[in-house]
Amino acid sequence: MTRVKINELKPLKPRFEVPDVLINDPPTEPLSLLSRDENGVVLSLGADSQRLIVSAKPFRLDIMEGREVLLSLNSRGLLAFEHLRILYLDWLLSLLGPSSISLDFSLPGVENVYGIPEHADSLKLKATDGGDPYRLFNLDVFQYEVFNPMALYGAIPVMLSHSAQRTMGIFWLNAAETWVDISSNTAGKTVFGQMLDYVQGSSETPQTDVRWISESGIIDVFIMLGPTPTDVFSQYASLTGTQAFPPLSALAYHQCRWNYNDQEDVAAVDQGFDDHDIPYDFIWLDIEHTDGKRYFTWDPHKFPQPKDMLQGLLDKRRKMVTIVDPHIKVDSSYKIHNEIRSKGFYVKSKDGGDYEGWCWPGNSGYPDFTNPEMRAWWASMFAYDQYEGSMENMYTWNDMNEPSVFNGPEVTMHKDALHGNWENRDLHNLYGLYVQRATAEGLIERSGGVERPFVLARAFFAGSQRYGAVWTGDNAAEWEHLKISIPMCLSLSLVGVSFCGADVGGFFKSPSTELLVRWYQTGAYQPFFRAHAHLDTPRREPWLFGPENTALIREAVRQRYALLPYWYQLFYHAHHSGQPVMRPLWVEYPQDTATFSMDDQFLLGRDLLVHPVTEEGARGVTAYLPGKGEVWFDVHTFQKHNGAQNLYIPVTISSIPVFQRGGSIIPRKARVRRSSSCMEHDPYTLFVALSPKRFAQGELYIDDGHTFNFDKQKQFIHRRFSFANNALSSRNLAPGSQFTTFSWVEKIVILGASKPSKATLKTHDGKESQLEFEFDASMSVLTLRKPGVNAGLDWTVVLQ
Amino acid sequence: MSCALLLLLMSLALAMGTGAAVEIQRPRGVPLSKRQFYEENKPFTCLDGSSTIPFDRVNDDYCDCRDGSDEPGTAACPNGSFHCTNAGFRPAFIPSSRINDGICDCCDTTDEYNSGATCQNTCREMGRKERESLQIMAEITKEGFLLKQQLIHEAKRGQEDKQGKLTELQGSKKGLEEKVEALRTVKETAEDPEKEAKERHLKAWEEQKELLRMEKDKTRMAEAFLELDDDADGYVSVAELQSHLELDPDSDGSLSETETQVSQGQSEPPAPVETPQEESRDFVSDHDSDHYPEDYAGEEEEDVEDDEEDDHDEEEEEEKVTPEKREDDEVSMPPYDTETQSLIDGTYSHLQSLICDPECISICRNLEKEIGFDFGPSAEFAYLYSQCYELSTSEYIYRLCPFNRVSQKPKFGGSETNLGLWGQWAGPEGNLYSVMKYDHGQGCWQGPNRSTTVKLTCGKETVVTSTSEPSRCEYLMEFTTPAVCQEPASLDEVLHGHTEL
Repeated sequence: MTRVKINELKPLKPRFEVPDVLINDPPTEPLSLLSRDENGVVLSLGADSQRLIVSAKPFRLDIMEGREVLLSLNSRGLLAFEHLRILYLDWLLSLLGPSSISLDFSLPGVENVYGIPEHADSLKLKATDGGDPYRLFNLDVFQYEVFNPMALYGAIPVMLSHSAQRTMGIFWLNAAETWVDISSNTAGKTVFGQMLDYVQGSSETPQTDVRWISESGIIDVFIMLGPTPTDVFSQYASLTGTQAFPPLSALAYHQCRWNYNDQEDVAAVDQGFDDHDIPYDFIWLDIEHTDGKRYFTWDPHKFPQPKDMLQGLLDKRRKMVTIVDPHIKVDSSYKIHNEIRSKGFYVKSKDGGDYEGWCWPGNSGYPDFTNPEMRAWWASMFAYDQYEGSMENMYTWNDMNEPSVFNGPEVTMHKDALHGNWENRDLHNLYGLYVQRATAEGLIERSGGVERPFVLARAFFAGSQRYGAVWTGDNAAEWEHLKISIPMCLSLSLVGVSFCGADVGGFFKSPSTELLVRWYQTGAYQPFFRAHAHLDTPRREPWLFGPENTALIREAVRQRYALLPYWYQLFYHAHHSGQPVMRPLWVEYPQDTATFSMDDQFLLGRDLLVHPVTEEGARGVTAYLPGKGEVWFDVHTFQKHNGAQNLYIPVTISSIPVFQRGGSIIPRKARVRRSSSCMEHDPYTLFVALSPKRFAQGELYIDDGHTFNFDKQKQFIHRRFSFANNALSSRNLAPGSQFTTFSWVEKIVILGASKPSKATLKTHDGKESQLEFEFDASMSVLTLRKPGVNAGLDWTVVLQ
Repeated sequence: MSCALLLLLMSLALAMGTGAAVEIQRPRGVPLSKRQFYEENKPFTCLDGSSTIPFDRVNDDYCDCRDGSDEPGTAACPNGSFHCTNAGFRPAFIPSSRINDGICDCCDTTDEYNSGATCQNTCREMGRKERESLQIMAEITKEGFLLKQQLIHEAKRGQEDKQGKLTELQGSKKGLEEKVEALRTVKETAEDPEKEAKERHLKAWEEQKELLRMEKDKTRMAEAFLELDDDADGYVSVAELQSHLELDPDSDGSLSETETQVSQGQSEPPAPVETPQEESRDFVSDHDSDHYPEDYAGEEEEDVEDDEEDDHDEEEEEEKVTPEKREDDEVSMPPYDTETQSLIDGTYSHLQSLICDPECISICRNLEKEIGFDFGPSAEFAYLYSQCYELSTSEYIYRLCPFNRVSQKPKFGGSETNLGLWGQWAGPEGNLYSVMKYDHGQGCWQGPNRSTTVKLTCGKETVVTSTSEPSRCEYLMEFTTPAVCQEPASLDEVLHGHTEL
């Protein structure tokens, strides 16, 4: 990794350097000088014969490996650094001039760049020649358009480049308004044109050029050299940290609506799920639950007994999320406002008074979350004795944290509003991260540091992954919005944010029944799975569309619940090592050029391939199954398909095309209950999908599902399942950890198997017993009946 | 995980106060009615016949049968169901996914035998409460049903009275209309034959137009009457007129009693054109024509009401009746000789005033409207007609005027909002008269027009018991009335009907 930092030596006043995003000061290592002349130096970067060539006139940096240039800085000479100047001076006021910065990067051999969310656009970024650049500026956008580089709610200034040879990353650490221009010498060329180049031998090396422009701050950029996608993820995680490990229940299904009207409504919806036998874990309350949009309060008529309501949910082992937005009603009878005002914690306007703007409550103040004292105070407001009516099964949603200011420029804060000494323009994109951070810290503190928090936020920045989940904001009930949810979450996944989802059903407007069903089927296989709807739309709880559609939605939600052990394990890895949960295909098949721009299907971990149906009236979809010489198994029919092919799959309204990779083992819990907590002690079914070489491997991660004990006291189970030489075994991957589970293995389903004469189970105490089995010769599926072994222990099953 | 045979001690004596204690052995979660399929020590055949397994695999916490029938007492099968006996209360089936999930579902606690959940047996308490509430309900139903019989009786008498009166009024009106027709003939013969020949075409058209205008006036007047008749009692009171400032001739902002009397005393209808055009048309087009016949409302009017987009003929006809146009036409009408003209004018306007007598027309109109409504199979809902019922909540006063409209008025100032006009009966098949639907209320911003669903339940009193807005601009009202009370089953039947024997 290479960091390039450019600042003024003696500025008129300090320029803003982004704090609190890097998890620590990245370790430095001395570079050795390889050679020098009057115009520059050649430095060794250490590994893999990598060199850094610094040229002085004109200034440029080239990073080379062997004889190849990996990346060049300022090769186009677009470096700009508007140093601070006094533009205007009188006896009181001195204005400093513009302070924007810019730098260009050239990526020889690269045709594909990704990342820089949040945009409602394709996964593979487009060349922006002749159009607007991609804009990074956190905004509350009303009814956003898809396939558009316009700024949305969040901003993560991280771009990945990828070619069959190498994956790299550029992390532009700047929180001001930022624009990214992309041009490519191959974009826009037709296939025929490229062929012609090839035939004529005139083909130039493909190259992508990128230019970053920010309004203020300094140039501080990290070049992550990969070379594999996994390496880039680890490198980025070492800078900004990994995904917060959510409580298991947060990975289950969330039922939201603006608004569930009152306690009776909440009870009726909760009962509706039981009456229709559909599981759910969280019910959400939007802004109308408060007393006049005063967050941390309850409407006294609609929610007079919040604890009774929460207890009712707790009795069913379910949970609630209430909204707490960062705009505070200016009202001298409101405790939160009075305290923030008296402590001087509000963002200030340029003339020094409290900054005020219009939002849901009317005139509102905006707490200065960049101030650590303010954050500590905010966090303390989540204590059970401060947030009246709250309980341990109540979590938090931070909406509007761009921040949204209805009467502000572009519906956000004035750029000259002051956060201490800094203008909003310097740190605008960072505000949302701080809101989510302060809230997550509050939830941790209220439990004495024991419980993992769950906080959803709409605005985010690099590093936000450490504090919770994000969603794609106020989408619409349209097929295009269902489709775009896939690239939007994939783009976030690539830059550290794994816990992403889109409002199931679409927020604005009312979905057709078919769209709603398809959205549930898609959302069931995306990380954050929450249905949400606008206040003005008709109700759309899953049972309001006739028994057939209720059954379709029930089935989709149940598939999610059955797969929770796998989701949990993927999130453990995301937390542990920064590997994304939802992955573009090229991440696992980096040499397969066919996958580079694919964003209508994705992988969960390495082992599940999902191709949701996102076309209205679809009769079939064509899924691409990657991997020459590999096989994939349809998880519903167990039908085996070869890799490296486009597979046409006929679909009906009940189809959710999902495939398990041959060579993998996935644990599921087949006993779907009314919430994930109710499934805690239930047994596992292992799905062993054999590779053509009759091999398979998988994992199982178990802990208490909600505390930090997995981390602080190493209380977890992490096991490796391996199938080789006709034997399936479970062994401990974390010998230093300790945890016991009641869960056991109830069934083992081996896909692509042949019929054994007998199956012998050997348990950890050396005992042997014969397992009964069934063999389906038409599908080559072997089902081992009831091994009954505890999921935390060693065991082996030998097939003969 | 071994076969769990449950010894069930069912004390019917405790539950029902009769019978003796019995002991029945059966696997956990199996209802008595299916006991014979689970014979100990004999192979068990799945209830769908799909396979046969050794008996020790029943309730062994592994799902062997596709229909889930081998695991009635465990959560092993995704499609299984568990039977709780619930002695003292009502037996029930729960999905087997609720067995040992840490949540007490069966009041007899039998679903949580291995989860660590501490459940209290609440069956007897629940049974007692249910019996009490059933008893209360039965009493209400009984009394309500008696009241309903009375309502039916009254409705029948009322209906007959009204029909009689209507026939009478219509008869006299028809007489008047015949006279008008005769007068028209007189008019025709009185006219200069030459001129007539010349202008026959124009005149025919004029007459037709005049009739049309009369009809229109009548309609408008009736609407104006309804508009003025705030309490929907069929009469316009002085107080009601005073509440309508548009009738204030001296524009002093209030109607004096003298002024109201003047308006009432006029032989011409009280300025019907001042009724906001939009509102009266809505009222007519959306509701009236659908629900009661208008034998004096000509085809033309029907057409106008039907569909504005339909074609321009209708639009032209609509135009004809606007006051401005009418005056123009009258100017161009050829003059008759003075004698005939004064004779015709005199008689004509006299007859017209008779036909247009506001009281007569409004009564006619109301009677027809009322007779045309569907007041239920035995007209038991007729008593609700022209009544209004209110419910006060913390913010609003809700007002339900059955067969008319639902509205909402803020308690502390602000104007009334129309939550829907009478639409139709909207109960499920077989119980059509359990739900009323009011729609085409005031439009919502970025949303639909407001509408209200009124759920009717049996009660002695006629009251609105609750209102809510489950979805934006879709209101739900609960309303009790004796008119929906069904003939009560005997209390014994109610109490014992649910008990498994």
